[in-house]
Amino acid sequence: MDKVIIAENLSLAYSNNETIINKANFSIDSGDFVFITGASGSGKSTLLKSLYGALKPIEGSLVVGGVELREVSNSKLNFLRKHLGIVFQDYKLVKEWTIEKNIMLPLIINGYERTVMQNQTDSLLKHVKLRHQAGKYPLELSGGEQQRVAMARALAHNPILILADEPTGNLDDYSSQLIWNLLEGANEQLKATIIVVTHHIPETMKVSYKHYHIEFGDIREVI
Amino acid sequence: MKSFKNHFSLVIALVSILFSLQIFTIVERAIDAYRENLAKNYALVVVAQKRVDTDKLLNSSELIASINDISPDSVIAKLNSGISKQNIALLKATLLKFYKVKLNYYPSPNELEKLTELLLHSQSIKRVEAFSKTYNTTYRLLLLFKTVISVFAFTVIIVTILLIFKELRIWQFKHNERMSIMGLFGAPAWLRSAVLFRLAIVDAIIASIFSFVIFFYLTSLSWIEEQFSSIGISIVLFDKIYDFLIMLGVSIAVSMLLATFIVLGHKEEV
Repeated sequence: MDKVIIAENLSLAYSNNETIINKANFSIDSGDFVFITGASGSGKSTLLKSLYGALKPIEGSLVVGGVELREVSNSKLNFLRKHLGIVFQDYKLVKEWTIEKNIMLPLIINGYERTVMQNQTDSLLKHVKLRHQAGKYPLELSGGEQQRVAMARALAHNPILILADEPTGNLDDYSSQLIWNLLEGANEQLKATIIVVTHHIPETMKVSYKHYHIEFGDIREVI
Repeated sequence: MKSFKNHFSLVIALVSILFSLQIFTIVERAIDAYRENLAKNYALVVVAQKRVDTDKLLNSSELIASINDISPDSVIAKLNSGISKQNIALLKATLLKFYKVKLNYYPSPNELEKLTELLLHSQSIKRVEAFSKTYNTTYRLLLLFKTVISVFAFTVIIVTILLIFKELRIWQFKHNERMSIMGLFGAPAWLRSAVLFRLAIVDAIIASIFSFVIFFYLTSLSWIEEQFSSIGISIVLFDKIYDFLIMLGVSIAVSMLLATFIVLGHKEEV
């Protein structure tokens, strides 16, 4: 099976030079559903940031979708990000745009035709049960609804890899279940590789998954 | 109201740049017209021992527009009563020849000095009267006026550019979150900054139209025309097409350039 992510002796640190991930080695196969757990401050979100190129490795090698991220050009990074779906803990929705336009964002960036964008957005709004709220702005929605919009945006362009940072962290059961269903659907139907950073793996998972745990800067698979 | 506020600061700053630029252009045009007027009324007087070849002299410098004899007849006529015809003919033959040299434009002191030297080296020319004292005072006065206006316009433009830069920084902070989010989904720099550039272009167009209306109104006022007429100048104060296009070009170029600096300075948050 193809490897979507290959990390060799990967070390990550912020500008204060305190190493958060230390010489980690791991790889993730295409189509895997992966949970990454760990205590607060263990480096889960830091690892996820490095996977979409927001934080460059200080040592070792990190290859995502065939792109080496240690010394990557802006154009290559943009190319990679166009094929990623990212769900952030704080949603990162554009406040000045309607939720419909927020969902369209990856489609706009990828240059889809207007009608395709509209159809895809309508379909996703239906999936996240927010069709009636299409014209609203993010701040007019609850946290759970905003996260569902963020999830729809991450799925809009059928990405090869979906990175989700605690996607159900502060959500009610209904929104949480909706998000897990969408992630499972993307993994099963679109064959997307899913990496979810979370404190708790849901007990209701219907798909098989891998579990990595971060502790003391090291990443180990939990079998 | 919010949208108006967003545009107001940049539009006003751009208008002040365009205003300074147009004032500078008007002063430049006025000075050129004044110089032309001066050149019309200004001439050198050349004194020669013998008749000079005026065609040859005319071709010796591009500055010379025409050379005409100054006839001694009127002076001789005053002496006519007590002098015989023979003596008058003799006097005419021995009298120095005077020429009036008209110029194509009002020259700089340097050009005038060179022309004087050139004339003095020609044939039998003995003396060149350039009336340089009066001439230099007028010329230097014009230059001083132009320099003062240039310094004023330059200062206004620099201060305004700094204000625009600050305004665009505020825009950048306003749009920073959206730009970062778009960047996380792989949007190239131009797409991320499209709103910034669009606002810059829209404001540049608004500022140009606003400046057009101001100058259209000001130049239609009769007292302004009277001011120029009183010093014998008739110029196009505001060319509705040419000047508007210059204004539009300048305002778009300035706002786009500054927006580009802002975009290049944008860094992704980690």
